[in-house]
Amino acid sequence: MSAAPQWPRIATLGVDGFLISFGDRLSEPANRAALAFRAALDQAGWAGVEETSTSLTSAYLRFDLMSQTHAALRDRLEKLLSTRDWTTASLPEGRRLWRIPTVYGTDQAPQLDEAASAAGLTRDEAIASISATRVRVQTIGFAPGQPYLGELPECWDIPRQTKLSDNVPAGALVVAIRQLVLFSVTTPTGWRHIGQTAFRLFRPEADAPFLLRPGDEVLFTSTTPDKLENMRNNDPDGGATSEVLP
Amino acid sequence: MTRALIVHRASPGTSVQDAGRPGHLADGLSRGGAADRLALAEGAALLRQDTACAALEMPGMGGEFEVTKDMRIALTGAPMRASIDGARIVWNASHALPAGARLSIGAAESGSYGYLHLGGGLATPSILGARSAHLAAGIGAPLAPGSRLPVAPDPRPGDTGQLLDVPSRFEGGTIRVVPGPQTGFFSPAERERFTSMGFRRDTRGNRMGVRLLCDGEGFHSEAGLSVLSEVITPGDIQITGDGSPFVLLSECQTTGGYPRIGSVLPCDLPRVAQARPGDTLRYTFVTLDEAVEAERRAASHIRTLRNHLRPLVRDPGTMHDLLAYQLISGVTAGDDLERGM
Repeated sequence: MSAAPQWPRIATLGVDGFLISFGDRLSEPANRAALAFRAALDQAGWAGVEETSTSLTSAYLRFDLMSQTHAALRDRLEKLLSTRDWTTASLPEGRRLWRIPTVYGTDQAPQLDEAASAAGLTRDEAIASISATRVRVQTIGFAPGQPYLGELPECWDIPRQTKLSDNVPAGALVVAIRQLVLFSVTTPTGWRHIGQTAFRLFRPEADAPFLLRPGDEVLFTSTTPDKLENMRNNDPDGGATSEVLP
Repeated sequence: MTRALIVHRASPGTSVQDAGRPGHLADGLSRGGAADRLALAEGAALLRQDTACAALEMPGMGGEFEVTKDMRIALTGAPMRASIDGARIVWNASHALPAGARLSIGAAESGSYGYLHLGGGLATPSILGARSAHLAAGIGAPLAPGSRLPVAPDPRPGDTGQLLDVPSRFEGGTIRVVPGPQTGFFSPAERERFTSMGFRRDTRGNRMGVRLLCDGEGFHSEAGLSVLSEVITPGDIQITGDGSPFVLLSECQTTGGYPRIGSVLPCDLPRVAQARPGDTLRYTFVTLDEAVEAERRAASHIRTLRNHLRPLVRDPGTMHDLLAYQLISGVTAGDDLERGM
């Protein structure tokens, strides 16, 4: 990469998509901007736009190549971008605080020691650090209902693994680059598995299939394997509770 | 008795597929749908029905099937040996399948995904707006032996015996790629190397994506392994930690953190999905304008598929003594069925 990039930046993604990025490092303003800009795109309802979404610091739109052109859409995107400073947007309405019981380490989450060591912490320090940090859902992605959460203290700026771990189970709490992800499905991953929950993020049979929303906050409270097993068997929410944030 | 398809035996991973469920990207749910969407459209054209109709996607090989009422079927995608009560039937064609007859579909002769379409379409329950199983997301599941799948009423009973000439997309080949927001993470030399070599499709591959193997060194970006997770779309070619390219398919994740060297054109994606382990794929970068033009041509091709239908000259479904017939005629090479007659 040569010159310092300008933000926001519009790029094509694939043949039929645009990515509107507000930064290449995760930051609170860039995340707010991405969420607010996507909401504005939905509000605008331009003809030919088929779908929108967000990542941590970008908004995405996919459009119909038969009825829209890149030039016309880029023009509209530039105009909408210029209407305000998106980085100062407020967080979404109706945010909630979730407490999700989590087993740290043990054979249920075998990479706690390795991750703690990469962060320069002892195992106990690592548990104390993660379980006391109120992290926010910055985006939902990768798998259905699956949150990216942050931001963790700086010591957790640890890279992904070079090799993928095979099939980490649903409900796994994994860490990399100052973020947590809570897995909604069993999946291979390059992130390190440090905690295990019994929380079902995606319930295809339910009226509200996706549990968490961007802007929600989460505390991963420490529990024991026995208690988690009990909650898994007796509570569809795996012991998780939520309250509306003021 | 209701209209149903009885699955006596099916290859592992056989599932109900349609065009997928767009609209849930923001909730982390990718569109999914048939791995080879062109095959879905070809089946719909052969049965002259809506492209939204759900069909059976059969990875690697077919299975043994039966229907409870007389129905129409069409077979598309990776060509497989198929027969009705022992008589060979032609691929890329529509046929009558009488109630109680045994439809046998064998291993793919080339390609990965074959499709069995039924007149009226499969009528399994719609979940979040589609019938497609999304195996990675836990929506639906691969079919178990003994499954009975409801089939919707067929508005065109008896309309069979159509054939579609389908150029092969089942043996790898050259794939067109557009640059994306992260292409610049790769040096011009790495991009040049990427387009100058052939890749073999790895045995590891599923509806989420396929891994590619190269004989040389893996690929490396200047961004390393700490790229922020970003929106992913089907067709994106991500370079995983060990340097292997991984092409994402219909059931891919919606975001991901591995750097992406480019994105395969949607109209070339069936060729990637259909490549078999060991088949060779090559990549060539095209401009966005060229890509848009190619997509428009592909969409126009799909819209006009029905114009390319032609009647099956002989319907081998009615030729019970096929082997003897060929011996007597003595004028065929014996592979006319494979050639689609």
